[in-house]
Amino acid sequence: MNAFVPRIVGFACNWCTYAGADLAGTTRVKYPPELRLIRVLCSGRLDPDLVLRAFQDGADGVFVGGCHFGDCHYQSGNYKAFKRVVLLRGLLVGLGVEPERLHLEWVSASEGQKFAQAVTAFTDKVRELGPLGLAGRRL
Amino acid sequence: MSADRVVPRIGVYVCHCGVNIAQTVDVEALAEYASTLPGVVVARDYTYMCSDPGQHLIRQDIAEYRLNRVVVAACSPRMHEPTFRGAVFGAGMNPYLFEMCNIREHCSWVHADREAATAKARDLMRSAVARARLLEELDDRFAPVKRAVMVVGGGIAGIQAALDIAEAGYKVYLVEKGPSIGGHMAQLDKTFPTLDCSACILTPKMVEVSRHPNVELLTLSEVEAVDGFVGNFKVTLLVRPRFVDTAACTACGDCAKVCPQRIPNEFDLGLSTRTAIYQPFPQAVPAAFVRNAQDCLGSLPLACGKCIQACEKKCIDFDQQEERRQLEVGAIVVATGMDAFDAGASPEFGYGKYEDVLTGLEFERLVSAGGPTGGRIVRISDFEPPKDIVFIHCVGSRDRAIGNEYCSRVCCMFIIKQAHLARERLPNAKVTCWYMDIRAYGKGFEEFYDRVRDEGVVFRRGKPSEVFRRKGRLVVRVDDTLLGSVIEQETDMVVLGTGLVPSDGAARLAQTLKLSLSADRFFLEAHPKLRPVDTNIEGVYLAGCCQGPKDIPDTVAQARGAASAAVALLNRGQVRVEPVVAEVREDACSACHICETLCPYSALAFDSAKGVMTVNPALCKGCGVCPSACPSGAITMRHFTGQQLEAQVDALLEVSVES
Repeated sequence: MNAFVPRIVGFACNWCTYAGADLAGTTRVKYPPELRLIRVLCSGRLDPDLVLRAFQDGADGVFVGGCHFGDCHYQSGNYKAFKRVVLLRGLLVGLGVEPERLHLEWVSASEGQKFAQAVTAFTDKVRELGPLGLAGRRL
Repeated sequence: MSADRVVPRIGVYVCHCGVNIAQTVDVEALAEYASTLPGVVVARDYTYMCSDPGQHLIRQDIAEYRLNRVVVAACSPRMHEPTFRGAVFGAGMNPYLFEMCNIREHCSWVHADREAATAKARDLMRSAVARARLLEELDDRFAPVKRAVMVVGGGIAGIQAALDIAEAGYKVYLVEKGPSIGGHMAQLDKTFPTLDCSACILTPKMVEVSRHPNVELLTLSEVEAVDGFVGNFKVTLLVRPRFVDTAACTACGDCAKVCPQRIPNEFDLGLSTRTAIYQPFPQAVPAAFVRNAQDCLGSLPLACGKCIQACEKKCIDFDQQEERRQLEVGAIVVATGMDAFDAGASPEFGYGKYEDVLTGLEFERLVSAGGPTGGRIVRISDFEPPKDIVFIHCVGSRDRAIGNEYCSRVCCMFIIKQAHLARERLPNAKVTCWYMDIRAYGKGFEEFYDRVRDEGVVFRRGKPSEVFRRKGRLVVRVDDTLLGSVIEQETDMVVLGTGLVPSDGAARLAQTLKLSLSADRFFLEAHPKLRPVDTNIEGVYLAGCCQGPKDIPDTVAQARGAASAAVALLNRGQVRVEPVVAEVREDACSACHICETLCPYSALAFDSAKGVMTVNPALCKGCGVCPSACPSGAITMRHFTGQQLEAQVDALLEVSVES
């Protein structure tokens, strides 16, 4: 009935969220297949341009995963990612894009289950929001 | 020699991983799809890419097809990236021109629908190939390794690791937060299943490690901060004052004789008292006394100060201050051990409410010849020997309700040993063990369990639900799951087989060292099977119960493993440092200093001669916080360049990649 398959790009830090996603795999937890993850060393690598580029390229949602506060492998990269996500959400509102399409989640290397739950919830959310349709448009 | 001017010739290899990937992802179709992507010269699929024939396939193709990029679609790069980097390097290719595509942990293992999983694998493949096209050659850097190791924790794990490393000829700093080394093993009377006297096998090691010329023992010390990287850690210790000159003190005890204070003795879990200036236990190492400032009345003549007068050698100095000490070490062994589960958190067993409900460790002090009763088993309430003792297994373990789902592994045997000791000391007493399952898995364990059953200890299956008092006697209410009936058993003493939890402070140390914890809150090893002593931080190793509950032989084995891992690193003499660092394009930098304020490592500094920012590659760790904030786009993060990441995003979303 609902033929909409959301396109979701994710950025995951190497030390926590990427490892948490690996653990979800090792423990065979199932979650929806729409997310495609890109590995960066730290969530602090999250360039705001990359998020906007993903939306412009046709993504319906962008997922960002980093270490819990206090756990960042690079001391404070996750705080910087947090600030950028807050600012970006404001920017998205200005562009007429639902800010919930940009999701930030802290997932540690031992939280495979949490990773799966977060991806499931976010995928459902984006499915509910429907297609964004910014592909090819200039922001 | 920038590789991006070379026309990419990419080889793609899709791994079946037996059926791990192949049963969910159509690997043949994926390889065929990859062969259509721009730059791909050859694409194959193979059962096990990581195997020798799999790696040989890659090396052969590099030579035959003159490949200058390799993509392997298989497991997580956290698993086998080093393997394949080694394989391509062996064929003369720069290892940073290799790219991994994770279609196992992130795809075949987490999705059930073959079509959707294959579609996702195609997207991931497109992204990996797009990134591979833009990869650049990088040269590894090397840094010398400091010829010293810090071992954190002075229990049996830390002692053994320190001894092994010291014997290999390296300097060891053995850091212990308490006033003495020895750990929990020093509190035990006998060890299962051999009934060795714990002190007899431990204390010689304590003395040996403290006298070893390569070991520096740092008691009352805690790790406050750790900086640096594998081979070159800079540690800041907080050293608390002992108020007694360790070298001069002969442990004569004259100070304690005059001390008027009486404090519950931690070593006996409050079953005895100690003075404010005291020796933690008679075999403590260092043997020197220690003054607890909180317990002490003070040195003003009006207040007290009696110990200062009593000490003939004048070892006592109330003015000692806490100090900070810097260490430079090449490797770190974490051996922070465990604590016993707080039995008060399972209130149904009446611990803290009824004096004659004890924890396993308290019972251990009671049966110990060096304990508060000299080894006599008596009820705390009336100092009479109990005629009936009930042991309850799995208190604080295998219990979802309190958040400890795991089995603590040692308590079954620990209780069986205590039941044996109880029967030995009180031959007429009735001893009952209520268990969920008996886990007697180790060498000699099952035999010991059989022996203790033959000695007359009664084992009954069921987890008691409640301990209460009726007419002056303790009553254990339990559903006997073999008889299928609820029983109320009257007894004189209840001993709780408390499980193990991570030691207090482990979580903080994890933050300081940037180590991960597993769901049970013990330290997470790098791989549960193949790297059980390594961590996610290179150069930091785990030993003993800090990684998960284990008995003494397993603890010693892991300690020796961690020590040999540290020694192997130090023997190498140098470490490879990944060349993943930031670089400033001088013509684009506007010297706004934004990057400088963001960098947590002070790796960016202003070059006043050139008027631009510069990166100190020795300090840069490659997090990439600076390039993503640079308003001029002047900073490039090697191996994670903006171009590479953009190409990955574009490719994932099927935006055609312009070359």
